[in-house]
Order: sequence, then C-alpha cells, then structure tokens
Amino acid sequence: MSDSAETILDVRDLHTHFFLRRGVVKAVDGVSFTLRKGEVLGLVGESGCGKSLTALSVMRLLPKGAARTVQGEIVLDGENILKRTPSQMREIRGRKISMVLQDPQTSLNPVFTIGDQLREALVRRAPAKLKEIIKQAVAALRRVDIAAPEQRIGQYPHQMSGGMKQRVVGAIAISGEPEVLIADEPTTALDVTIQLQYLKLLKRLQRENGMAILFITHDFGVVARMCDRVAVMYAGRIVECGPVKQIFEAPSHPYTRALIASVPKMTGTRGRLTAIDGQPPSLMNLPAGCRFASRCAHVEPRCLEAYPGTTQIGADHTADCWKIGSI
Amino acid sequence: MAVAEQHPPAAPEIPEPHQSFWRSLLNVRSSAGVRRTARVPWIPIVIISVIVIMAVFAPLLAPYSPIDQTLRDKLLPPAWMEGGKDRYLLGTDQFGRDILSRLIYGARVSLLVALLALTAGGGVGLVIGVVSGYVGGKVDAVLMRLVDAAFTFPAILFALLLAVTMGQGIGTLVIAISLLLWAGFARVIRGEVLALRQRDFVQLARVRGCSSLRIMATHIVPNVLNTFMVLVTLNIGVVIIAEASLSFLGAGIPPPTPTWGLMISEGRGRIAEAWWVALIPGIAITLLVLSVNLFGDWLRDRLDPRLRQL
Amino acid sequence: MKRFIARRLIQGVVLLFMVATIVFFLGRLTGNPVDLMLPEDATAEDRAALVKTLGLDEPLLDQFVIFVGKAAQGDLGQSIRMKQPAAEAFFNRLPNTLVLIPWALLLGMALGIPLGVLAALNRGGLLDRFAGTVAVLGVAMPSFWLGVLLIFVFSVELGWLPSSRMGGPEHYVLPVITLGTFLVAGFMRITRSAMLEVMESEFVKLARIKGLSETTVIWKHCLRNALIPVLTLWGVFVGNLITGAIVTETVFAWPGIGRLTYEAVIYRDYPLLQAVIILKSILILTINLGVDILYAYVDPRIRLT
Repeated sequence: MSDSAETILDVRDLHTHFFLRRGVVKAVDGVSFTLRKGEVLGLVGESGCGKSLTALSVMRLLPKGAARTVQGEIVLDGENILKRTPSQMREIRGRKISMVLQDPQTSLNPVFTIGDQLREALVRRAPAKLKEIIKQAVAALRRVDIAAPEQRIGQYPHQMSGGMKQRVVGAIAISGEPEVLIADEPTTALDVTIQLQYLKLLKRLQRENGMAILFITHDFGVVARMCDRVAVMYAGRIVECGPVKQIFEAPSHPYTRALIASVPKMTGTRGRLTAIDGQPPSLMNLPAGCRFASRCAHVEPRCLEAYPGTTQIGADHTADCWKIGSI
Repeated sequence: MAVAEQHPPAAPEIPEPHQSFWRSLLNVRSSAGVRRTARVPWIPIVIISVIVIMAVFAPLLAPYSPIDQTLRDKLLPPAWMEGGKDRYLLGTDQFGRDILSRLIYGARVSLLVALLALTAGGGVGLVIGVVSGYVGGKVDAVLMRLVDAAFTFPAILFALLLAVTMGQGIGTLVIAISLLLWAGFARVIRGEVLALRQRDFVQLARVRGCSSLRIMATHIVPNVLNTFMVLVTLNIGVVIIAEASLSFLGAGIPPPTPTWGLMISEGRGRIAEAWWVALIPGIAITLLVLSVNLFGDWLRDRLDPRLRQL
Repeated sequence: MKRFIARRLIQGVVLLFMVATIVFFLGRLTGNPVDLMLPEDATAEDRAALVKTLGLDEPLLDQFVIFVGKAAQGDLGQSIRMKQPAAEAFFNRLPNTLVLIPWALLLGMALGIPLGVLAALNRGGLLDRFAGTVAVLGVAMPSFWLGVLLIFVFSVELGWLPSSRMGGPEHYVLPVITLGTFLVAGFMRITRSAMLEVMESEFVKLARIKGLSETTVIWKHCLRNALIPVLTLWGVFVGNLITGAIVTETVFAWPGIGRLTYEAVIYRDYPLLQAVIILKSILILTINLGVDILYAYVDPRIRLT
C-alpha cells in the first residue's frame, strides 16, 4: 500500500468506557488509527486489551447500558459516524461497514434457515422478488465456496460444520458489499486446517470487492499472512503501528518486541514460548505513565511519570515509547 | 504460533471454598457483591417477624379463643366500620368468632406446616439430589426419571387423595406438600453437585481415600447448603399457598382449627354481607407470601445468584 | 421424531401405571375400602354386593389385576353420589373446563409475553419494575382468594359481572382472570429472563450488523428464540391450569372437572376421585406430549435430530 492511498476509516482518540458500580473500566482509552481503502490492517493484542471493544465501538454496537463511547471521532468515508442517530447508523451497517464475529457456533440464529438469514441482508440492499433474492443468496453462498448452495440454503445452522458456518457468516457480512469489513478473530474458533482456508477466502473476497479489512487477532502468524499494516494494542491504547514487514524486522516498542519474541520460530526448535512476565494494569485504575512500564525491562523514572507521546519512526511507522532509538 | 495469551498462573486451589450460610449472608462482599447488591428488604423482614411472633405467642396475643362461638356477636364488621365494635378489631365471622384471634392462630398452622413440609420435602430432595449427582450412572438416571415424573404429575391431586384415604390432619398435609417439593430440590441440588464433583478438593478427598459417604457428608453437603437455604426460602410461599388451597378445598386440617384457607372458604358464601370474613385472611396470606418471596429473592442474589432462573 | 414420540408414549404409560398403582393401594391399605367406596348409610347387602363386584375377598394382587384390567377398558368404577359411571361423569364435565383453559392461556400469553419483552428491553427501568411487581403479586395471591376478591368487587359492589355458573360470555370473565393471573406472572418472568439471555447472544449482534431494524431484531430474532424456553413451560402451565381449575371452578361454581374433583373430595366419593385422578393424569400427559411435539417444531435443532 502506498502512502497516498485514500483513508476510508479514521479513528481518532477513541475512548470507550464501561460504567460499573465498582467504577469506570477504561477499556478503550485513546485509540487512533487509520484504515486505507483496500488494505488489511491488523489489530493485535492480548485478550482484554480492548481490541474487540474498539471494533464494537466502530460498529456502534456496544452492549447497551454498560459501555459508552465518551470521546473521540470515528470518521468513515469523510463522515463522523458517531454523530449519526441510531436509525441513520442502521442504514450504513451491512452496506458501508460490516463485521464478522469470532464464534461461528453462536453467530447464526439457530431457529432460522441460513437462506432466511442471508435473505434478510440481501433484501435490505436491493428489494426484489423472492425468486430473484433466492438466486442472489445461492450466488452469495457459492462465492464463499459452499458446495451445493441450493440445498444448503434450506438448512439450519446446526446442520453445518463450524468452518462452513463461518463462511456463511462471511457471506452475510459482505452481502451488502461494504467498504470496510471488521473481522474479529474470525478463525480463532476454527480448526487449524480450516483456519487457513478461511484466511485465503477472506483475502480473495477482499481483492474481489476491494474492501478494507480491520483484522483483529492475537496471532502474529495470521498477521504476517493477512495484513499490510499492523497496530499493536496494549491496555486500551495502540502502542505501535506500522507496515507488517517493518514491525517484524524492527519492532520499536518493548511490548511489540516481547510479543514477537513469544512467537515460536519457524524452525520450530524452541520448546517454550517466552511469556511476558507480569500482568497488564487494571483498566479501572490505569497508571499515569506508560501502561507497559510495570512489565518493561527498560523502565526508567520518566516512564512512570507521564505517558510517552507518539513518536514517528519511519514514514508510516509510529510507537508510543520514551526510549525509541535508545534501546 | 499464537501470541501466548497471558493468563495468571493457576492459583493453588483454596482448600475448601464453602462459607457458612450465615457468614456469607453477613459478609458485605459476598460472591454476589459484584452484581447489583440489592438493599436489605426491611419491610418484608418486619412483616415476616410480626407473623412469626404472632404464631409463636398466639395464646398470649389473641384477645379471644379462636374456636369459642359467641352467636349474638356474629358477622360484626371490623372496628373502624359502622356497626363494628372496638372489642373485635377485625370483626367476627358467622359464628361470632373473633377474626383477629383466628388469624393469629391461623398463622401457627401455616408456619408449622411450612416448617415441617420444607424439612421433610426439602430434606428428601437434598438427599436424592446429592446421591444422584455424586453417584451418577444408573442411580442418577433412575432418580432423575422419577423427578421428571413428579414434575409432570400435579402433586395437589395426590394431596387430595391422601386427605380422603388417610383422613385430614397435619400429618397428611405435611406428606402431601412434601411430595410437591422434593423433586424441585433434587433437580437443582443435583446440578450443583455435578459441578462440585469436578472440583479439586473433592478429587483430592477421593485420592486420599475418603469413602463416598464421607465425601458427600463433609465436602458436598456443606457446599450446597447455601443453595438449599435459598431453595427453602423461595419455597415457603409455595407451601403456604398449597396449605391454604388444600384447607380451602376441605382437604386440610379439619375445622374448627382456624387456618387461613379455611377462613376464606367459610367466608366466601357471605361475601355480599360480610366481606371481611373472607378477604382479611387472604390479605394475610398475600402479605406473608409476598414478604417471603421478596426476602427469598434477596437471599438468592446474596448467596447464589446463579439460581436467578428459578 | 417418531422414535421420540414413541419413547414419550411409553414413558406416559409407565407413569400412568404408577398413578393407578398408587390410587389403588392407597384406597385398599389405608382403611376399609368398603367404607371408602360406599355411602355411610349403605346396607349390609350393598356391602356384600360391592365386595363381590370388586373381588375384595380375593388376594390383593388379584384385585389389582382386575382393577387395572377394568381401567384399561375404560371402567373406572361407579360414582357413589352421582350414581353413574365415574368416567362418564368426568367426560360430561370435561368440555366445561376445556372451554376455560385456552382463554386463560391466551390471557397469560397475551399479557405476559409482551410484558416480559418490554421489561427485558427496559431492564432496570420503570416498566421493568412495574412488571416485576405484577410478577411478584401474581404469584403471592392465592388464586381462590383472588377469585373471591373479584367476585366482591365486580359482582357484589359494582354489579357488572355474574359471580357464578356458566352462561354467556360475561360468565367467563372472572374465572378466566382468576385462572390466568398466575400465568401472566409466569410467562412474564420466563420471557424476560429468556429475552435477556438471547439479547446478549452473537447472532443478535450479527442481525444488527446486517443493519436490520430494531423491531425485526427484537420481535423476530430475539423473541423467536426466547419463545423456546417459554414453550417448554407450556406443559407445566397447562398442568397448573388443570389443577388451578379445582379452586377456580369451586369459587365460581363452574361445572367442570375441577369442581367435580372438589365434589369428590368433600363428599368423600372415592371411586369418583380415583377416576378423576387417573383421567386427569391422562389429560396432562397428552398435553405434555403435544407440547413436546410443538417444541420440536419450533426448535429445528430438535426437529431434525
């Protein structure tokens, strides 16, 4: 991807918090990133770092009553969608921006046939006669490599395997030809062999549609395979962002380094992953300084005092660390 | 090749997780503390206490005998109404018996039956649930089939049958109502035991060579006690209504012993001239059941929020 | 599906056999069956005749075989008070109860399900609290007392509705409310908790991702799933209605099988009572089987396995 590519999704200083009786959980606390047309951006981090909540914030599908986006902008195709009313938001969901969820076993409604569930999405895009819609549904299933789609259309989710269900979910998600697709760990729940197939499928669909994908994962291997750029998230913030190749070859943030070091080498000779010592800070009680400081080997006083600003490393590569260049 | 998901190192199992019933009740931060901790339901507690005191000290509190008839004072309205006499605060019935006194004595029957039936029915359910869940296999299958059968078949019909064949009385009533209760207890407790059985401290006791009986008594039962107490509280209302319904149908404790259900039954024919005879005992039942249910809800949220579905 | 129905039928027959056994042995072992079966003023000849027809002088097990054999042929004995076959008395009264039950069920669902949905949508809000109060009150009021209260208010004081017996549509109002109130509370509670659970699920998220309207998401995707646990309780509820009919019909002098049960109890008409219990068991088992089949229809995961 060249630098000049047009931005389709621009998230600026996003803060999404959970409001509980015990206090405020700052699950997303100042996240900024841009997604360009036609690229795949990986969003990587440990579970609980706020990546899924970032995705739901962008979709504006936060759990009602509990979580709220309190600050920031989400600019989709030049428009801040946080300003949209709920019904205006519905107009663009599925058509401009869509999402694939993590668990195919629960993503489909068990009491409707997959044909029904596909049709609902297709009818919204362009109302047409039932026959026509069914034809479109069959075509949509064929596109995601489902064999004998004419028969599958009358089946219920429980009659399909997990991989197949996830492909149906994919078909539903892209049926409105969205410009942005968020994929939230779409392969985590699948068998390893199926995972690869699914990634290939996503990649192909992306090329065909020219859509941009925000790919959420905790798996650096998947990042290497899928993504053009990657953003690393830690405790509610993006700590490093850049082209995949650069990040792999020269990670700047100590957390990114630790993550990459924990990926087993391709040679497979090492027996154990190097885990990172310690725990992420409580999202209810975040430290004033760098959030990684408590686990960082290179920590010094200023790391504890203030959060490091974002440092430009390369043309397209940034990191939030006080000690860029000195470690 | 996944990034190692960071999990805290598995903490060594705390030897025995159960807390005593009262301790977890009094603990400010119990397991339920994370959820919305409902306020202590003071009004229901006061109502329950008043009724319990009424029942226990009935002979001291009741102004008149609940049974003796004073025919010249029959069907007097409550004291605040026109024609009411101050002597009879809640009025009198068709035999001139003081309604307040009958109400006070009636509380005895309701609470005594509730206590006995919950002990019997709940106890049987506890034993069956623990055995079924812990032993498993064929025993479990047979017992649970029995539980299913008990759920399908309405226990009130058995209660009526018992009343006709064995004669009316407190024993019949207690047996009949226990039949209504045991299956529900057994099913829930079994579920708890199934989960407990997998826990480390139970496995450990097995490895140490404890007998099944001993494990059930010392490790399983104490840990389902909270659930048991919640079930007991949530079922008090069921028992009180069942007792009242059976009395109403003439299958409860025979007259002239005053029971709330019987009072309603006797008064309903004269609803046009003397509404208080039938309606006042009903208010007492509703208040008591409402109070124990609200108290039970609170207790459940406190001790065992997973039972919310009940 | 066929095997499922067959299995449930066998279970039902076993259960019925258990009921018949209990009814039989309770009647024989807890006193003199002759006293139970005959009016108190029966003559010595009556007694001798009964001993003969029931074979009471034969061994107990033989008697039981005779009893079950006759019952299987539909002969459940003679009602003492009505002087007609007990089964006949039951079937004469049955239609009067069956006309009440659907209305009560309808009332329970028509109020309970939407109220449950709205309470779930409005979790913690005013409407939720109102629904909670309805639920708690509906369970706390004994239905026979509610019936008496309704009679007092609407028949005695206001004079709007008749207080007893069958008749035109106005006769149905109070009995149906009395029977249905418990169900409103029941349906509301179950619907609410089922909705809350379903609304958290991933497929609801996907439905929203598709851009469906909130109406479709809630009333189609959520409710259809939430109705599954609601439906499983249908059997229980109909069972409750049939037993609840005993007190309700007693209060309103409604000539159905509930009132018949009450009469059997207060007149100590044991042959009638045992017939009523056995026939009601059959009724409840049949309804439960029907509900299971319906349940399988609603939940494709069961239908197709």
